[in-house]
Amino acid sequence: MRIAGIDIPDNKRGEIALTYIFGIGNSSAQKILFNAGIDLSKKVNDWSEEESNKIRNIISESYKIEGDLKSEVRLNIKRLLDIGCYRGIRHRIGLPLRGQKTKNNSRTRKGKRKTVANKKKAIK
Amino acid sequence: MSRSLKKGPYIDFRLKKKIDNANDSGKKGVIKTWSRRSMISPDFVGHTFAIHNGNKFIPVFITENMVGHKLGEFSPTRNFRGHVNKKNR
Repeated sequence: MRIAGIDIPDNKRGEIALTYIFGIGNSSAQKILFNAGIDLSKKVNDWSEEESNKIRNIISESYKIEGDLKSEVRLNIKRLLDIGCYRGIRHRIGLPLRGQKTKNNSRTRKGKRKTVANKKKAIK
Repeated sequence: MSRSLKKGPYIDFRLKKKIDNANDSGKKGVIKTWSRRSMISPDFVGHTFAIHNGNKFIPVFITENMVGHKLGEFSPTRNFRGHVNKKNR
């Protein structure tokens, strides 16, 4: 099943399958199905042509997804980088933006641990 | 937490006066300020601010994209140059 161009989630419940689209999470998937009048737990296979068209229409009308959304996020980050504000600087050096500590953790931003020091072994 | 909309953006009273004077006289000098907490409003655009970072004043030219940020965001207070390699010591 193709919805919104690229995504092909299949043989899952509609509520879950829609979340495979970038930009649609649990709650918006539920909203879409509710608006289309389709049961949440109906499998994607069992959607009729009419129902899937309804979903396509709802998504294309009122949701920003996939490429558009990704480029919007990228533009927002680029804006921060260009004006050289604190958050932009943190983006540039790959550290958390919102005042978290960086003594430990924050591995999501910093990436995999890079070990530096060769600690001396204790003398026996 | 973000500031209540009811109050409107915060701009230091003295800074506001300076900006108004500069806009009225049409002069484009550097405006020295310690008020890092002031929000950049649209009438700041085009001026150059020297924003204190606790040590010295960092000159920042305000562009349209910066509206809505605070002045302090453009004047970093910490200066991290990276760790020194132990072997080079």
